[in-house]
Amino acid sequence: MAHEQHNYLNHQKGIWSWLTTLDHKRIGIMYFIAIMSFFFLGGVFALLVRAELFTPGKTLFSADVYNRMMTYHGAIMVFMVIVPGIPAIFGNFVLPIMIGAKDVAFPRLNLMSWYMLMIGAAITGSTLFLENVDTGWTFYTPYSSIKTGMGVIPMVLGVFIIGFSSILTGLNFIVTTHKLRAPGMTMNRIPLMVWALYSTAILQVLATPVLAITLLLLIAEKTLGVGIFDPQLGGDPVLFQHFFWFYSHPAVYIMILPAMGVISELVATYSRKIIFGYTAIAYSSLAIAGVSFLVWGHHMFVSGQSEFAGVLFSFITMLVGVPTAIKLFNWIATMYKGSIRLDAPMLFAIGFMFLFTIGGLTGVYLASTGMDVHFHDTYFVVAHFHYVMVGGTLMALMGALIYWFPKVTGKIYSDLLGRISWVFIFSGFNVTFFPQFILGNMGMPRRYYDYLPTFTELNQMSTFGSWLIGTGFLVGLFGVFHALMKGKEAGNNPFGGKTLEWTIPSPPPHENFDKTPVLTGGPYEYR
Amino acid sequence: MSTANHTGGFHHAHHFDSAEHQYESSKQGIWLFLVTEILMFGGLFVGYSIYHSLYPQVFHAGSKQLSVVLGAVNTVVLLFSSFTMALGINYVQRGLKNKAIIALAVTIACAAIFMVVKFFEYTHKFHVGTVPGKYAYTEELNASGEKVTKVGALLAEANKLSVAEREHKLHLDETEYEHLTLLERTKNWPLFFGFYFVMSGIHGLHVLAGAFLIFWVLLKVIKNQVGPEYYTPVEGVGLFWHVVDLIWIYLFPLLYLVG
Ligand code: HEM
Ligand SMILES: [Cu+2]
Repeated sequence: MAHEQHNYLNHQKGIWSWLTTLDHKRIGIMYFIAIMSFFFLGGVFALLVRAELFTPGKTLFSADVYNRMMTYHGAIMVFMVIVPGIPAIFGNFVLPIMIGAKDVAFPRLNLMSWYMLMIGAAITGSTLFLENVDTGWTFYTPYSSIKTGMGVIPMVLGVFIIGFSSILTGLNFIVTTHKLRAPGMTMNRIPLMVWALYSTAILQVLATPVLAITLLLLIAEKTLGVGIFDPQLGGDPVLFQHFFWFYSHPAVYIMILPAMGVISELVATYSRKIIFGYTAIAYSSLAIAGVSFLVWGHHMFVSGQSEFAGVLFSFITMLVGVPTAIKLFNWIATMYKGSIRLDAPMLFAIGFMFLFTIGGLTGVYLASTGMDVHFHDTYFVVAHFHYVMVGGTLMALMGALIYWFPKVTGKIYSDLLGRISWVFIFSGFNVTFFPQFILGNMGMPRRYYDYLPTFTELNQMSTFGSWLIGTGFLVGLFGVFHALMKGKEAGNNPFGGKTLEWTIPSPPPHENFDKTPVLTGGPYEYR
Repeated sequence: MSTANHTGGFHHAHHFDSAEHQYESSKQGIWLFLVTEILMFGGLFVGYSIYHSLYPQVFHAGSKQLSVVLGAVNTVVLLFSSFTMALGINYVQRGLKNKAIIALAVTIACAAIFMVVKFFEYTHKFHVGTVPGKYAYTEELNASGEKVTKVGALLAEANKLSVAEREHKLHLDETEYEHLTLLERTKNWPLFFGFYFVMSGIHGLHVLAGAFLIFWVLLKVIKNQVGPEYYTPVEGVGLFWHVVDLIWIYLFPLLYLVG
C-alpha cells in the first residue's frame, strides 16, 4: 500500500492484541477462522460418512466408527457451524456498522462469547479421544441416558457451553439494535440483515435456555440416575424429545433467518432496485420466530402423541410457510425488472432460493401426518434438512463471504473463483441430496451403517456428489487466500451497496465512523 | 474498550453517548439475561408438573420427608436477604458507603446461612438414604427379586428395634419413621428426590454464584468504584439476587408443601 492508512486491522499489532480485542470487527474475524476450522472438520467427517456408504456392508470401517463419525458430523455442523455461523461471523462484523454504531453494546461480553465457543468446542472435541459418543446429534434418550458410554457427558457439556455463547451473542445483538442506532435510524430504516439478526437474537435468547436445561437434565440422568427419562425408574424418554425439539425447532430458524437476511441484502444490491416489501420482509422474520415455538411436535408424529396433537402441530407447522413465502415472493418481486448482475454472490443468492424452496416444500410433505409416517426417519428427512440447512444457510454464507470480503479485508474476492466454487457446490449439492429423496421414499432408513443392495446406485451417486461439494468449498477457501495475496484494492463500495457499511473505508477504521452518521431515509434507495 | 470518555466524574465506554445511555443499555442486558434464567428454570418446572400429575403419590410421600421448618427458615432468610440487598443498592445510590457495606455483608451472610441449612438438609438425606435414582438402591435383592432401597434397608433395621432404640441408635424419631415407611410403600419414590436434588441443587449453585457476585460488588463499594454516579453493577447483581430469591419462592411450596 502506498500510503499506509489507519484501520482496525493495523490499529494494534500482534496475536495478543487479537486474542484480547474488544473490537466487534476483529471478533467477527476470529469467529470466521474458528468456525471455518470446525466446518472443515465437520466436512471431513461428512466425506467419510458418505465414503462408507459407497457400498453396502463394510466399505472402510466398522459400524461403531461409523456411528461416531455420523454423530460428530451432525453435532459439529449444527452446534458449531450453522447455528453460530452467519450471526457470529457476519452479524458481528456488519450489524454495528449497519446501524451506525461504534461497537456492539457489550464488547467484553462479545469476546467472552467467542471464548465460550472455543471452550465448548474443546470439551466436545475432547470426546473424540475419550469414550464412544455415538448418539447422533439429537442425543435421544433412553439410548444416550442408559445405554451408551459416559462420553456423552462431556459432549453434552460442551454443547451446553456453546449454547451459552449463543445466548450471550443474541443478548448483545438485541441491546445493540435497541440502544445503539445512529440518529435517524428508526427501526423501520434498519437494513433487512439487521432485522433478520434481531429476530434470530430473540430466538437465541428465548429458546436456548430450554436446551440448556434439557442437557443438564441429561447429565443429571446419567450421573445420578434421576429417573426423569428412564422408564425403569418411572420416567418418560419421550419427554426428552419434547424438550429437545422445543429448542431445536426454533433453532432451525436460528440457522436460517440470518441467511435470509443475507439474501435480502444480496438481492437488493445485485438487482439495483429498492427492495420490494421492506416491511413485509422485516416483520415476516418476527412472525417466523414467533410461530417456530409452536411446532416442535412435528418431530414426534410417530412417538405416540395424541392424534389431536398431531393434527394441531401439523396445521401450525404449515403456517410457517406463509411468512417464508412472503420473503421469497418479495425477493422475486425485487428482482423483477431489476438490472440484475449475476456476480458470484448473486449466484449464491439464487442458489439459496432454489434449494431452500425445495427444502421448504418437502417440509410440507413431512408436516402432513399421514406422509410423515411413511417418510419419518428415512433419507427423505435427511435430504429435506440438508436442502434447507446446507442449501439455505451455507449458500448464504458463501454469498456473504464474497459480498463482504472487500469490506472486511480491503481486497476484492475473485468473482471467477466464486463462480467456479458456486458451480461445484450447487451441482454437487443436487447430485448428493436429490437421490436421497428417492432413497427415503424407497424406504432407506437414516443413520444406518448398511443398506439393501437395491439402493447401491443412488448411494454411489450421492457419495460422488459429496466430492463435488468438497471441491467447491476447497475452491472457495482457495479464493480467500488468493484474494488476500493477489486481490485488487476494493475501494469503499465496489458493488454499489446502499447500506451504511459501504459509506466507510475498506477496511473500516477502528471505531467504524469518524463522525456518527445521521440518517434521512431508508436503506436500499436505488430507484 | 481502551478509550473511555470522562463525563461527570465517571467513565463510560466510547461507544455510548453518555453514562445514562450506558446505564440503560446495561440494564436491558441484565433483564434479558434474567429472562433466560427464568426460562431455564421454567423447563424444570414443566418437568416437575408433568411428573407430579403422573405420580401424585410419589410426590406426596416424598415431600413429607422434607423438613418444612428448615425450608421455611430458608425462605425467610432469602426474603430478608432480598430486603438487605435492596437496601444496599439504595445506600450505594445515596453514597452511604458504610451502610452499604453492612447491608451487602448481611446479604452475603444470609446466603451463607441458606447454604448451611441446605448442607444439613442434604447430609440428613444422604444419611437416611433418600437420594435420587440409582444411588437410592443397594445391591441386595428382596424376596420378589427387586432391588432393595437404602431406605428399605434402614427400615428393616429399625423394625428390629424398639421405639426408644430407634431414637438412640438410628436417630429416627417416630414421625420420620412413619414418613419413611410411607415412602417405602410408594413405587418409584426416588424419582421425587431426583427432582428435589436437581432443582434445589441448581438453585443452590445460583445462590453460591449470587453470593460471589455480591462479594464482588462489595469490594467495588469498598474501593469506591461505585457510588451515586455509577451503580450499574450493584443494581445488576441485585436484580440477579432477587430472581434467585423469586425462584426459591416457587421451589419451596412445590417441593416442600404441595406434595
Ligand atoms: C427453515 C428451515 C428449516 C430447517 C433448517 C429445517 C431443519 C430440519 C431438520 C434439521 C430436521 C431433522 C431433524 C432430525 O434430525 O430429526 C427437520 C425435520 C423436519 N422438518 Fe424441517 N427445517 C426447516 C423448514 C421446515 C419447514 C418449512 C417445514 C414444514 C412446512 C419443516 C418440517 C419438518 C418436519 C415435519 C420434520 C420432521 C420429519 C421427521 O422426522 O419425520 N421443516 N427439519
Ligand atoms: Cu421442526
